[in-house]
Amino acid sequence: MDAVSILIEWFPYLLSGVVFTLALVLASLGLGVLFGLPMALGQVYGTRLARTCVGVFVWFFRGLPVLVLLFLFYYGIFPSLNLDLPAFVVAIVVLGLRGAAYQSQIFRGAIQSIGEGQMIAARSVGMSRFQAIRSIILPQAMRIALPGWSNEYPNVLTDTAVCYAIGVMELLTRTSQIVSQTYVTMPIYIAAAGIYILLNYSGMKCLSLVEEKIKIPGFGHQSEESHA
Amino acid sequence: MHDDEYILKVENIRKSYGQTVVLDSVSFNVRKGDTKVFIGPSGTGKSTLLRCINQLTVPDSGRVWLNGEEVTHSGSRINYFRQKMGMVFQNFYLFDHLTAVRNVEIALIKVKGMPAKEARKKALLELRQVGMEDWADHYPAELSGGQAQRVSIARALAMDPDVMLFDEPTSALDPELTREVLEVIKNLARDGTTMLVVTHEMGFATSVANEILFMEGGRIAEQGSPQELLSDPRFSRTKNFIGQFREFDREM
Ligand SMILES: Nc1ncnc2c1ncn2[C@@H]1O[C@H](COP(=O)(O)OP(=O)(O)O)[C@@H](O)[C@H]1O
Ligand SMILES: [Mg+2]
Repeated sequence: MDAVSILIEWFPYLLSGVVFTLALVLASLGLGVLFGLPMALGQVYGTRLARTCVGVFVWFFRGLPVLVLLFLFYYGIFPSLNLDLPAFVVAIVVLGLRGAAYQSQIFRGAIQSIGEGQMIAARSVGMSRFQAIRSIILPQAMRIALPGWSNEYPNVLTDTAVCYAIGVMELLTRTSQIVSQTYVTMPIYIAAAGIYILLNYSGMKCLSLVEEKIKIPGFGHQSEESHA
Repeated sequence: MHDDEYILKVENIRKSYGQTVVLDSVSFNVRKGDTKVFIGPSGTGKSTLLRCINQLTVPDSGRVWLNGEEVTHSGSRINYFRQKMGMVFQNFYLFDHLTAVRNVEIALIKVKGMPAKEARKKALLELRQVGMEDWADHYPAELSGGQAQRVSIARALAMDPDVMLFDEPTSALDPELTREVLEVIKNLARDGTTMLVVTHEMGFATSVANEILFMEGGRIAEQGSPQELLSDPRFSRTKNFIGQFREFDREM
């Protein structure tokens, strides 16, 4: 069989790896927002204890290579807790927490870049601190954070390939399975690379559409100015 | 009751930052419909005083009453009192991500729980009062300073305040924009809005104030009606201070 027909034969198998890869990306970005945002708020508005806890968490998950984190959780932490979790679930947890650590710092920077007048004005019309954060600070912070947050997408996407090391059935794992079964190398890797590039491109395209959609005239330049 | 005579009572407010005494026992009372204008050199605690009144800055000691209810030490009820004391800032502080009309209606919706439609109607009415209804859908960055300040006045008015607190509302504005904002404030005064105004606009101060309070070194150094302050020789410090501005104005 020639390389092309082998590629065609295995392509569906390769593509189903995309489902896992995308699930890992979405988990990392989703959990990143879900946990990263409260962590950022804790760092900016929280007590000393909250700030310390977040600081340690961020230091830990940003300080270790992904591969080390994956091994640590898959072979170390979860087994020692008598938890026999599938590799895919472990990967989601690790990438999610790691995403939260990185993204919390993007959100924190955005929140801190908002001029203090916004909070003062919100309190002056009778908003509680919580209402002010929710209705005034966060909507602005999210817009400021979006470009930096979008840049996490290619990082997270490329990080998913590391999950190969614990056997998650994502794109790279399937690619190497096909290679070892068929002994066809170059075309299979090129196909995989093509898929990664396509995912990367279309994801970034979507995010810049979102950025365009929520753009507010003059917002961004102005907050830098008032911050100066 | 004796208290009913005054809408706002400020008693012995003190505030220090470290070793620096910023407010040194400031007291005054405000009747309904009063326009009290605070003047004085910068750094004498005028902004701090206004912020201590609505507790955006918590004073070290002293008490504030609004309509006979204590504002100081009022816990989370302070969020109610702040609605009743509308504040306008030197730098407008409009919510940068919201259009003019959203700026005015957001607290109506989020704080007062007003239905969106009703809030929109009221917000547009308030914008009309400051001559900004045609700019309802513009974002703060698209407004001139004078327009932004008028929107911020509408935002405060929307909460139906008992007192308005203006902290140098025109100091960040070019002279030609100053006029349109002062016009709005003058109209409010004429309509009986109770207000405290910190300003360096002496023409405005002498024409609109019931009482001018001259602050110096964290105290009210002299106070009286504009006529008294300008004619009575006892008020030399205020007169000198105003005189400096007059000369300055002429040089301009
Ligand atoms: N948050 C603060 N921390 C330290 N010092 C402050 C703070 N706010 C105001 N001050 C000081 O208090 C003094 C009075 O300030 P302010 O009330 O702004 O005066 P004014 O409005 O009359 O110009 C100034 O010396 C200022 O530096
Ligand atoms: Mg001031």
